[in-house]
Amino acid sequence: MSKLATKPLYEGSDWNFDTIQRIYDTVEQVAHEELDLNTYPNQIEVITAEQMLDAYSSTGMPLLYNHWSFGKQFLTNELMYRKGQRGLAYELVINSDPCINYIMEENSATMQTLVLAHAAFGHNHFFKNNYLFQQWTDAEGILDYLEFAKRYIAQCEERYGQIQVERLLDAAHALNRQGVHRYPRGQARDLKAEMARENERHAQRERDYNDLYRTLPKGKAKAADAAVSERAAALGLPQENVLYFLEKSAPRLAPWQREILRITRVLAQYFYPQGQTKVMNEGAACYVHYRIMTALHERGHITEGSFLEFLTSHTNVVSQPMFDSGRYGGLNPYWVGYNMMQDIAQVCTAPTEEDRLWFPDIAGGGDVEGTLKHIWANYRDESFVSQFLSPRLMRHWRLFKLDDHEKVDHIKVDAIHDERGYRELRRGLARQYDISWQEPDIQIVDVDLAGDRTLMLEHHVTNGVLLAEKDAGRVVQHLADLWGYEVVLAEIEPEGGSTLKEHKARPRASGPRLAEG
Amino acid sequence: MHIVDRRLNPGGKSLVNRQRFLRRAKALVQQAVRDSLKDRSIKDLETEGEVTIPRDEVHEPSFRRGSSGGNREHILPGNKEYLQGDEIERPPSGGEGAGGHQGEGDDEFRFVLSREEFLDLFLDDLELPELAKKKLTSGEAEGVRQAGYSTSGSPSALSITRTMRNSMSRRIALKRPRGEEMAKIEAEIARLEALPGDHSDAIAKLREELERLERRRKLITYVDPIDLRYRRFEPTPKPISQAVMFCLMDVSGSMTEHMKDLAKRFYALLHLFLKRCYRHVEVVFIRHTDRAEEVDEETFFYSRETGGTLVSTALEKMLQVMKDRYSPNDWNIYVAQASDGDNMPSDTAKTIALMADEIMPVAQYVAYLEVGREEDPMMSMGGPLMRASDLWRSYGQIDGQNGKFVMRKVHHRREIYPVFRELFAKRGLAAGRGKS
Repeated sequence: MSKLATKPLYEGSDWNFDTIQRIYDTVEQVAHEELDLNTYPNQIEVITAEQMLDAYSSTGMPLLYNHWSFGKQFLTNELMYRKGQRGLAYELVINSDPCINYIMEENSATMQTLVLAHAAFGHNHFFKNNYLFQQWTDAEGILDYLEFAKRYIAQCEERYGQIQVERLLDAAHALNRQGVHRYPRGQARDLKAEMARENERHAQRERDYNDLYRTLPKGKAKAADAAVSERAAALGLPQENVLYFLEKSAPRLAPWQREILRITRVLAQYFYPQGQTKVMNEGAACYVHYRIMTALHERGHITEGSFLEFLTSHTNVVSQPMFDSGRYGGLNPYWVGYNMMQDIAQVCTAPTEEDRLWFPDIAGGGDVEGTLKHIWANYRDESFVSQFLSPRLMRHWRLFKLDDHEKVDHIKVDAIHDERGYRELRRGLARQYDISWQEPDIQIVDVDLAGDRTLMLEHHVTNGVLLAEKDAGRVVQHLADLWGYEVVLAEIEPEGGSTLKEHKARPRASGPRLAEG
Repeated sequence: MHIVDRRLNPGGKSLVNRQRFLRRAKALVQQAVRDSLKDRSIKDLETEGEVTIPRDEVHEPSFRRGSSGGNREHILPGNKEYLQGDEIERPPSGGEGAGGHQGEGDDEFRFVLSREEFLDLFLDDLELPELAKKKLTSGEAEGVRQAGYSTSGSPSALSITRTMRNSMSRRIALKRPRGEEMAKIEAEIARLEALPGDHSDAIAKLREELERLERRRKLITYVDPIDLRYRRFEPTPKPISQAVMFCLMDVSGSMTEHMKDLAKRFYALLHLFLKRCYRHVEVVFIRHTDRAEEVDEETFFYSRETGGTLVSTALEKMLQVMKDRYSPNDWNIYVAQASDGDNMPSDTAKTIALMADEIMPVAQYVAYLEVGREEDPMMSMGGPLMRASDLWRSYGQIDGQNGKFVMRKVHHRREIYPVFRELFAKRGLAAGRGKS
């Protein structure tokens, strides 16, 4: 342990910009030397509570185009805040390069220290290193893009009228969740590579040629099938990114409308990794702030009093009411994440027999920081839980799994925290964080090009859970307005392929179409 | 690391979105605002308040799984007694702890409207008739407007464009050596130096030239204090429109508390409305029995008088006050009279004459509100059978002067607002409705 600091960084709760600078420098030292974090440069912005409310309602972004739904968000937050039903976050951090950290002026000096450790280093490191963020977001470009989007949409409003743009955005927002690419797309091949592939294929066919195949009885070639597959290839179907498909292929949209669809799609894609890494992101940030605050305390940079203040607020953040406490509202990602990070640290340094059995790769490895950083970089919530949730934690949390079958009168306790249940619990919890399991699987399957251009979509129903009907009807209506012709969404039972329900809509005359004539 | 202090940045970033939300839900919010009027007393009409509208109208739909049906699994913390294979009674609603969407079940959307928003929605699509006279009052100059440029001013008012334009013309006029010229000579020197042979003469000459240019560059600065131009602002007197509102009320014994309450509500609405249209609104309360006097608000509404009823006295009093303090040339004059309709028959002719000849020509608008008992037996039998009051009949003769004079009957407080709206509905709308 390094020598004790002679004087704490601050006393009491007051701070000024010098204090923030001193705190930042000390925190940075610990973060980089002890934890070896790799972060974007930081920009700290001090804001008021009112500005925090503003930031809340524009999904945390410093600038965003105007839309009534953000106003609705604002009014909701404002009422809750005024009534004291909800406090405001102490900080807000934006995945950008440089990483922007908003800190509230009301925070005490201790809270500012905590917030800097949590956001400016914890989240920042996670943003910079996690593979999902690297794959899907462009931290450098996001602020410029937002500015472009805001300006572009404002220009469209001037030129085409606020109502037109608003209708379009309503429709686009409704389809936001269907506006992300879930898998990285393959690169388009150039002509040369295409030729090489074709040659290889040809050679393979020649190698495999056997005259006997000729004698096999042939079914009738289905011309229709060929047409379908050709059309599917031309349109890039099936396609789960509905907004992308509309942007590229909807026949009746004007160029500016396509651009706006693109803007909402790009933003949805930007937020896509955040939804999948909530537990890990918060877990990492909590682990980092805990380590940093403890280190500051040990080195005498903060007083006993402020360490106690930190512990109080830390405990509040990572608390979890049990299911029967009356306050249960789902699992707290801070709690799950932080506890798992601490547990992994324990597995690395002081493993039990059980740990060695369950985590042979990391048990007793000793390199806590290295292991955690590897995990932060290469996992998302679902894979993280399914790999690293230990039996010890399941026992500690007293997890249990309920099965609720439609056709059975009772809810069954399927697994509890015992030897037989660990794997089932872990699988179940991982699924709760699996976005492809949680989000309905909706794809565009075909377009009736020969007929009336009906757009056909399918929802592959899992576990017999249908879409919320009223909402589905409205979204299909929006979709029809964008597509310009009829749209049919069929909910398909995966076993047997029978259609459980159909939603249909025709475009409204006053829909977002504009590109006539 | 940067620390940026954003606290002084203008707030209200969400204002635009907030307004858009209100615009979108306008019909609903307006309905909610008018409904909320029932619960509010006239006094706190102006305060901000919570309103509630159906959530469904401002719902943002998305494809999401339904909250019932199908097979679901839940992982929960805090098991105390369950063993694998236990069966639990299904909770009645079928809603499982983790199943519900937060807030979705709530059918109502609640939020707080600010005072201005409330009033805007409340008084929307109303307009003042005859908003004609606008008087430029002396002394009350306010507001600044840009008025050219000046050579001195505060740094924040520096006009960069003007300054740079001046600087450029001065630099051109005085032939300030440009960077390119110097760079060219430097390049030439470098070239000559690199060449074999002796060019020292030429180089020396060039150096001298370079030095001269540099001196000149220093003498003729890039931006000189004489270039500076500041935007100049000057205060401008703004026309201030002002209005006076005369509240006339019969306070004789026949006026019940209920009637006074009706009148008061009408006055309050009118006052609110005038305040929104004019910067200065003054209110004069004149009460009358068989004689009239100017009183303060408290006395006006709450003290009782006995005596007969002579409406003309109130009109006379009003004309006198007008003459003393509110010259019709300077003031927009609004008159609101409330009465139960009693008047001495002998007074009728005088009243009509005063109203038609003296008041109507100078007033912007005269509203006569006849207040009745809450449960008027005659009312329930329908119009034709109802005997019109003395005052109603007399005023009937002057009704219809270009819409300047209106009379309405009110019996219940719920009628006040509709009547008020009817009186002040936008002309265009009213005319359109009249035609169709």
